[in-house]
Amino acid sequence: MYRETEIIKDAPQFGEPGFGDLVINVGPQHPATHGVLHLIITLNGETIKDIKPNLGYIHRSIEKMCESLTYRQFIYVTSRMDYLSAHINNHACALVVEKGLQVEVPERAQVIRVLFDELTRIASHELWWGAMAMDLGAFTPFFHSFRERETINVIMEETCGARLTMNYYVPGGVMWDLHPDFQKRVKDFITLYKKKIHEYDELVTGNIIFQNRMKGIGYISPEDVISYGCTGPVARGSGVHSDIRKVSPYSIYSKLDFDEVLETGGDSFARYVVRIKEMHQSIKIIEQLIDNIPEGDFQAKTKAVLKLPKGEYYQSVETARGELGVYIVSEGGTTPYRIKFRSPGFSNLSALNHMIKGGKIGDLIAAMGTLDLVIPDIDR
Amino acid sequence: MWSFSEIAKNIDLWLNDLVGSTWALVLEMVIAGVAVIGLFAALGLVLVIMERKVAAWIQIRLGPNRVGPKGMFQSMADTVKLLVKEGMTPDGADRLLFNVAPFIAMIVAMLLMAPIAFAKDFQLWDMNIGVLYITAVSSLSVIGILMAGWASNNKYSLLGAMRSGAQIVSYELSGGLAILAVVVLTGSISLTDIIKAQENGWWIFKGHIPVIIAFIIYIIAVTAETNRAPFDLAEAESELTAGFHTEYSGMKFALFFLAEYINVFIVCAIGATLFFGGWMPLHIGNWQAFNHIMDYIPSSVWFFGKTFFLIFLIMWFRWTFPRLRIDQLLNLEWKYLLPISMINLLLVTLIAILGWHF
Amino acid sequence: MFIKDYIKDIASALKSLATGMKMTGYYFTHHKEIITEQYPDNRDTLVLAERFKGEVVMPHDENNEHACTGCTSCELACPNGSIKIITKFDVDAETGKRKKAIDTWVYHLDLCTMCGLCVEACPTNAIKMAPTFEHSVFDRNKLVKKLNEDGSKVRAGVE
Ligand code: SF4
Ligand code: SF4
Repeated sequence: MYRETEIIKDAPQFGEPGFGDLVINVGPQHPATHGVLHLIITLNGETIKDIKPNLGYIHRSIEKMCESLTYRQFIYVTSRMDYLSAHINNHACALVVEKGLQVEVPERAQVIRVLFDELTRIASHELWWGAMAMDLGAFTPFFHSFRERETINVIMEETCGARLTMNYYVPGGVMWDLHPDFQKRVKDFITLYKKKIHEYDELVTGNIIFQNRMKGIGYISPEDVISYGCTGPVARGSGVHSDIRKVSPYSIYSKLDFDEVLETGGDSFARYVVRIKEMHQSIKIIEQLIDNIPEGDFQAKTKAVLKLPKGEYYQSVETARGELGVYIVSEGGTTPYRIKFRSPGFSNLSALNHMIKGGKIGDLIAAMGTLDLVIPDIDR
Repeated sequence: MWSFSEIAKNIDLWLNDLVGSTWALVLEMVIAGVAVIGLFAALGLVLVIMERKVAAWIQIRLGPNRVGPKGMFQSMADTVKLLVKEGMTPDGADRLLFNVAPFIAMIVAMLLMAPIAFAKDFQLWDMNIGVLYITAVSSLSVIGILMAGWASNNKYSLLGAMRSGAQIVSYELSGGLAILAVVVLTGSISLTDIIKAQENGWWIFKGHIPVIIAFIIYIIAVTAETNRAPFDLAEAESELTAGFHTEYSGMKFALFFLAEYINVFIVCAIGATLFFGGWMPLHIGNWQAFNHIMDYIPSSVWFFGKTFFLIFLIMWFRWTFPRLRIDQLLNLEWKYLLPISMINLLLVTLIAILGWHF
Repeated sequence: MFIKDYIKDIASALKSLATGMKMTGYYFTHHKEIITEQYPDNRDTLVLAERFKGEVVMPHDENNEHACTGCTSCELACPNGSIKIITKFDVDAETGKRKKAIDTWVYHLDLCTMCGLCVEACPTNAIKMAPTFEHSVFDRNKLVKKLNEDGSKVRAGVE
């Protein structure tokens, strides 16, 4: 049995370094880790001395699984990585297969994909907003954000047939055409969003307690962002130009008018502001496209059995969390020889220790909230 | 008319006739004890369902709506569930302290019930040092929490208990100073006198801005003292899982839970007594007719109405604000609330001396 | 002006808190904003999108005929092997030719991830996804289904 004497056997004595430290396991079951993340934190009083993330609790070896699936099949598995950006993950995989096959995706399919990507991004940020506020102890925002997110889910359900893991993108286009109600629903959503978005500021952004919890917490400098490989809102919160939609545009993003949101604060509040502004930018993109969906095919003609020519293929996209890269090595067969995903959450998590060391437990929770970690994305 | 004081008087007379004065006193004590426990249970049930409904409506949900009409019996079902659950004691815990802690929390809450006037002339113990008694006894509640946190043999609990200790001890200062504002104006520390002094208007109206400031400070301080959000650092769900009661389950947990709600009720009752005149109806100066109409509403309705309004205010805070961080919490107390309430107390004293209040 | 800043701080802090409370107060008093759906009670009025991917079904027409030729494209397309098609050879009564047909279309709902790839792959549109979602059972054997009905046969003209 687990006795007290065993626990303190190796503890440092008075005067030795590390005396009085408290080692706590935050997770794998903990309300603030939103999944099975396990952080081993060393505390001195309330002050954090060290954080060691411990991964592997939800490792499903998706990369290995993909190696035994055909190029049509492996896309659906990637919805299970970062399930909040399911469409965007699928987009990356579809793009890399199309690159290998040299398929030209019809204009209509590209527009549909971008529309769904941006809707996904908003839905993901809505969920993040609620969950982050819940980490800080405010429960109400969670339910309010779900009201808007639900509207998006209904749109997804109507066109793609599912609410979370849609598997709507196929190599060469999308699986089905848009639902006839799609445009009306999206416009309704935009109206609702514009009507309710001021509540986000009233309830959370402007709140003095929230600002004090966020400002100056979890600072990371632009240099450190680059050396840790952080991407997405974490990098842009420190002013690092990293939006893949701008840096190396894919699909039709180069033709669209939107801004890359950059903040220079580098703290949790900057990351928060980046995400809120990104939602506005996504709305801007959707507004540009929703009335201009070109007619035409929604899927290019592809062979029944897809075979990528021998070679290596890489494509990165901007998910709601940062850069997702898909790297495929093909030996010319029907299944990938090797596949590797570069997931944004993993690199962002690695900066956590650097951000929080010396802070309080409350800071850890606040900073972790603004990293927007999705554990299956980190572990895959 | 039937009022609480009449009932109490009649019971007293009847008992004295029946068994003589000594036994009557003993029996009355028993009755009072049973009544307090009954009130506890009733309050627990009502406050829990109230909290859940308030939370639900603020969060655009319906809240409990299955058990009983509109879900009103939900908290009873929960109580039954908690009663039949196993109350575990973790291995390596200090068994005595671990099991005693919830009762300490509970007993402190019970003791605080004594000087509260629930209706006109209806009070368990009309002591002449009411305010002093309340401030003294309410500081004992931290002992229960510290005991629970220490005895659990859990690091989360320990952190929660230590936070709670720092928090309750410091917020008592500004809470006490805010109470003093009213004491200075009344010139007495007996709750009966304080209520009487508000016969021609409640202190919150009579005392100008300083008393309003004192009231705001009081409500902030007691929110912190009862460990309610946004000051729920001792529990801090997303940081410490459940803080000092992480290891408690079943009825032992329920006692902590109940003690929290009873404490909220008590601090709100005291707040209502000090700033809103307790059971005193709304009287405005010498508008005889108006005052007379107000007197028709029973005094207990006034008391509970005011108390529940304050409870609602505290619940409203909880479901609106994020939690503070531990150092910000102490900053708020030492850098803002304490200096402000000190200066405020000086102002109130000035008003009292110069007789500027109505 | 230390005192002035101090008071300004407090005033702006209180204002921000009051803004938040005003908003939650609005929702507390406006119950028409409530968005709860009372799920098992509203079963009758619940409308699911017609494309909702709930489970794979094989529509049969009034003559108990379906469109499945037993080509096993769906079985190959399925990423988790939740489909198993057992074929047999029917002998045509008039011409005496042997023709491939399905004997049992085994569907493992417990393995299915509702990806819809089988429906995409089917050349004759013999299967589709049904908008059902209440799949829980106490015995997981019940999740292994036979989709073609007893005595059904392939519709004439479907190749
Ligand atoms: S929906 Fe997908 S997983 Fe389910 S049977 Fe069809 S192909 Fe297989
Ligand atoms: S369901 Fe369609 S794909 Fe599957 S065996 Fe029948 S005809 Fe072929």
